Amino acid sequence: MSASQSSAPLPEAMSVTLTINGETRQLDVLPWTVLLDLLRDHLGLTGTKKGCDHGQCGACTVIVDGRRINSCMAFAVMKDGARITTIEGLAQGGDLHPLQQAFIDHDAFQCGYCTPGQICSGVALIEEGRARTRDEIRELMSGNICRCGAYTNIVDAIEQVIGADGEAGR
Amino acid sequence: MNRFSYLRASSVDEAVREAAADPTVRFIAGGTNLIDLMKYNVERPERLIDITRLPLDRIAETDGGGLRIGALVTNDAAAYDPRIKDRYPLLSSAILAGASPQLRNAATTGGNLLQRTRCYYFYDPGTPCNKREPGTGCPAITGRNRIHAILGTSEHCIATHPSDMAVALAALEAMVHVAGPDGERAIPISDFHRLPGDRPEIDTNLRHGEIITAVELPPADFSRHYTYLKLRDRLSYAFALVSVAVALRMEGDAVAEARLALGGVAHKPWRDPEAEALLHGRPATRDRFIAVADHILKDAKGHEDNAFKIDLARRAIVRALSQAAAGTPQSQTDKRIK
Ligand SMILES: Cc1cc2nc3c(=O)[nH]c(=O)nc-3n(C[C@H](O)[C@H](O)[C@H](O)COP(=O)(O)OP(=O)(O)OC[C@H]3O[C@@H](n4cnc5c(N)ncnc54)[C@H](O)[C@@H]3O)c2cc1C
Ligand code: SF4
Ligand code: FES
Ligand code: FES
Repeated sequence: MSASQSSAPLPEAMSVTLTINGETRQLDVLPWTVLLDLLRDHLGLTGTKKGCDHGQCGACTVIVDGRRINSCMAFAVMKDGARITTIEGLAQGGDLHPLQQAFIDHDAFQCGYCTPGQICSGVALIEEGRARTRDEIRELMSGNICRCGAYTNIVDAIEQVIGADGEAGR
Repeated sequence: MNRFSYLRASSVDEAVREAAADPTVRFIAGGTNLIDLMKYNVERPERLIDITRLPLDRIAETDGGGLRIGALVTNDAAAYDPRIKDRYPLLSSAILAGASPQLRNAATTGGNLLQRTRCYYFYDPGTPCNKREPGTGCPAITGRNRIHAILGTSEHCIATHPSDMAVALAALEAMVHVAGPDGERAIPISDFHRLPGDRPEIDTNLRHGEIITAVELPPADFSRHYTYLKLRDRLSYAFALVSVAVALRMEGDAVAEARLALGGVAHKPWRDPEAEALLHGRPATRDRFIAVADHILKDAKGHEDNAFKIDLARRAIVRALSQAAAGTPQSQTDKRIK
């Protein structure tokens, strides 16, 4: 059936409410706007990276309602009402998130392109509380590819934060 | 990507009604397969019906002692559900062998069953493909076919179904509950996906307008002797070349009941009840396992790049049966195969 025969109404922008890094915004988005492109191209939040655009690398990882997802594989309209945290939202005031600091301490990046996705993924992983051993960290971070191969130091950084949380009696 | 209109469904009835009226409609759940295909122009729906707000996100006990997993339960939620981990660890293990934590957070039970093949030609609208455009031919048969099927193929298509979850569901003999324009029905998982035959464009026996509402697991006693063994080109975040789901009920050293399903080798999760019957009432020995593997693979057909899968599947079946019989399932974290 051709488009002209379709009974569907013509696509138009829709109003959605998103809370991004703590700030609630009302936005008009077209149905086919992908969350990653909304963040980067419409809202100027270019910390979130586009690697593959097909769910295969994790560079676009953001945290939506507490869960890490690939923002390249989500339409923004479908997230109406959601709370979204990107790399720009992790620092509190002037203080880096402990995992951001741990990435610096452990030299857990080279070119840095995968890093925002790695850190968002790692922050969610720590919240999930399922990874205790290095093997578990590796497996549960396997959705984030690092072409520079900084994996060993990334695991070190995450282990540092999990260890610190452990000592804090979590 | 094509332009489309968008509807957020507020009830199953509304979703079914709107979809039934329009052949260009697609439901969207996690979006991890549909959006991917839309970005390649393989799927070009004129209208999307967002089903994520429907109340299908619960896991509930059934009267018979099984579990009913709502179609919108995410792969993550299913894999870590204490009841599933405890009573159906095979399913939990298979889900955790697939995709990545990010994708499993978005992917749903219904969408996972309906994900489409990863055949390279299917994904590339610049090439012919009988599944994407019926009647144009199958370049995979004479082209690159490393990831393709060795069982149940046809001269029209040699694609595989890529799901891990579905392989475990096949071994567990799940029921797929659907609602459609003609009411509700339940489809045994073995009849849900189909072989390509001369209609490779049709992946499943779901009709247009039908929505998956739940997947039901019958009561089962396979929580000690099971395994999901997945072999692939890298250890995580890669589709199976061959995978084996095994569920056994043991009585002493003998096998009382055996279920075995293969992934990565056919257009659907592959069961062979005759081969399983070779184990019933018999001691769990390596010779028996080899006989089972030989039976399953007796009609296997390799192509230029994927003939290795026949040998790989044979060894994987034997290894998986040994793991399950010993009660030492494959770990999805420690990747060593013991
Ligand atoms: C890089 C990558 C790696 C992956 N690796 C693996 C892997 O190793 N193993 C594995 O098993 N999977 C893997 N996947 C696939 C992933 O599991 C699927 O994409 C996912 O399960 C699909 O679920 P969804 O909810 O996102 O589906 P969607 O993309 O929303 O939908 C898929 C299809 O199902 C239809 N649909 C969805 N829900 C319903 C419903 N309730 N009723 C009727 N129709 C419905 C849609 O119309 C669409 O046609 C991978 C995906 C990617 C991108
Ligand atoms: S194997 Fe199937 S999906 Fe792949 S090119 Fe052939 S017809 Fe298309
Ligand atoms: S850009 Fe989203 S996974 Fe690669
Ligand atoms: S630091 Fe370069 S890709 Fe990871």
